[in-house]
Amino acid sequence: MGILEVKGVNKRFGGLQALGDVNLNVAENSVHAIIGPNGAGKSTLLNCLVGMLIPDSGTVTFQGESVLGRNPHEINQMGISRVFQTPEIFSDLNVLENVMIPCFAKRDGAFELNAWGAVRGQADIRDMAEQILIDVNMQDKRHVNAASLSRGDKRRLEMAMCLVQQPKLLLLDEPTAGMARADTNNTIDLLKEIKDSRDITMAIIEHDMHVVFSLAERITVLAQGTPLVEETPENIKGHPKVREAYLGEAQV
Amino acid sequence: MFGLDKKDTGLLLIVAALVAFAPILLNPFPEGSALAQFNAGYPDLMQRFVIFGIFAIGFNILFGLTGYLSFGHAAFLGVGSYAGVWMLKLLTINVIPAIIMSTVVAGLFSILIGYISLRRSGIYFSILTLAFAQMSFALAASVLTPITGGETGLQTGLNDPRIFPEFLGGGATSGGNIPAPELFGLEMRASYELSVGGWLWTFNAGYYVCAIIMLVAFYISIRIFRSPFGMMLRAIKSNQRRLNYTGLNTKPYMLACFVISGMYAGLAGGLMVSMDPLAGAERMQWTASGEVVLMTILGGVGTLIGPVLGAGMIKYFENIFSKINDNLLHQWFAFMPDGMEDFVVAIIHPFIGKGWHLTLGLMFMLVVIFLPGGLVEGGQRLGSVFKRKKKADSSIHSSTAN
Repeated sequence: MGILEVKGVNKRFGGLQALGDVNLNVAENSVHAIIGPNGAGKSTLLNCLVGMLIPDSGTVTFQGESVLGRNPHEINQMGISRVFQTPEIFSDLNVLENVMIPCFAKRDGAFELNAWGAVRGQADIRDMAEQILIDVNMQDKRHVNAASLSRGDKRRLEMAMCLVQQPKLLLLDEPTAGMARADTNNTIDLLKEIKDSRDITMAIIEHDMHVVFSLAERITVLAQGTPLVEETPENIKGHPKVREAYLGEAQV
Repeated sequence: MFGLDKKDTGLLLIVAALVAFAPILLNPFPEGSALAQFNAGYPDLMQRFVIFGIFAIGFNILFGLTGYLSFGHAAFLGVGSYAGVWMLKLLTINVIPAIIMSTVVAGLFSILIGYISLRRSGIYFSILTLAFAQMSFALAASVLTPITGGETGLQTGLNDPRIFPEFLGGGATSGGNIPAPELFGLEMRASYELSVGGWLWTFNAGYYVCAIIMLVAFYISIRIFRSPFGMMLRAIKSNQRRLNYTGLNTKPYMLACFVISGMYAGLAGGLMVSMDPLAGAERMQWTASGEVVLMTILGGVGTLIGPVLGAGMIKYFENIFSKINDNLLHQWFAFMPDGMEDFVVAIIHPFIGKGWHLTLGLMFMLVVIFLPGGLVEGGQRLGSVFKRKKKADSSIHSSTAN
């Protein structure tokens, strides 16, 4: 049994069948990539997993519990964190404050009305935040305003924010989209490091095959809302169905 | 000190000093001089400075921290006012129950309005709050007349029960006069006048009561700004989606913030009726809600001291510029040749008296265009100019957010 199980999920947008009977099983502590051409339903699937969309039918269970109908913050507190296609960070705050906020979420839960104690008095939160910044190698940027970071650093910061909460499952939506090769390689290294040092499962949506083949242990290919194949990276490369999905026709 | 860091303590002490010496500072011109017109150190106006300061501080906790623009905050001010007058009528002429109850009632009312309005964000939130405030205004002026006094307003009267014992300000009226609001025997309208040289300074009991409460309100707002709660509110302004996907439920944070802000408005309303026990429905009208938005933006959104400055600025203009009339202008420009004098007066005429809104509007436009951070940003820029002159070779970092 996998940590995340998706069974028979359907989602329609008007006349468009975005997801048709999707089954997916992500094994614990593995890196599972979901690939497919544009419009295949990858992001829709991810949105269904984090509570942004509610599928028309089917079930999504995480560690045996259904996530459907729960609010995003509840799903996050269950242990699922998400990295967005464009890094979602608190751009008005500095790097340290950005990381402190998930520290509060980790320590105090979804809501805690602490309007009297000063932020700078929270030594444990600060230590937690400083530690994660060291882990992702951003400690020298702790007082930089998040808006002025480079794209790669924003991504790094977003991952740090997710990692603070020690999620069981990390969902990554095109983590290297729009990045230069050097930044992409840095991100791959960071993800490998996270994978090796923590008890964590990752599901990655990615277009860049270099990233997919460097990280993934299992690959699911989606096309037109339906999973075509689920295989190991070695077997995916020459798979005829995959070629068909990407190139549009079967070779005779 | 008080659990604040050095910078905030300094700010609090400066504000405390300014407020304490306001009767002197606001009367810079000797009595009887031509410029005495511009003195603002009379009790009525000074009370309004600090009361609207409280209103704007509260509004800024909502708008400045979370970016949610409420267009109905005057409703809480009005509800607080009515609650305050009722306390003065039913319980005692002592202002303490009035001030407490106005805050509590406005808080309860804001739970209701906040719970509904906060289902939406952005412009829809603004419209919802505006709708609620206009609804409250219309109800107060018509259907709810038995509670609100309708268009004539609600005020203390001779036949009010005032059930508290006499030594606590209760009991019937003495000597056939409507009693004036007081604090354990100290009437709010009591003043001590001090004449030094040509200057006349008025130290008013009501002003100092309001001023002390304003300082407490200001202190609480600093604590909120620096607390984890304040940080979450800033995170909501910055990226609400990320906050949700970080496992934090933004709804209770927003509601708590909205209620705190509503309670500040109620407190301001309670103080208003404690100074002058009359509450009218027009206090809830949308123009009153708009005014606090202007105050906050003019002073500096999201800064600690900005809203107080903005409130002072607008109330000063409202009371001083509106009093200048053509006769006075003719006096001032009497040294000019006749034709020229009339011409200059005709030019200035639209900006004064009833036209003070024009002056205010132009000033507001200038501030928004050239100083988006409000008067506080203006102050910071001035400060950094002086610093640069002092040590021209070292690099300058302008300080942020206070």
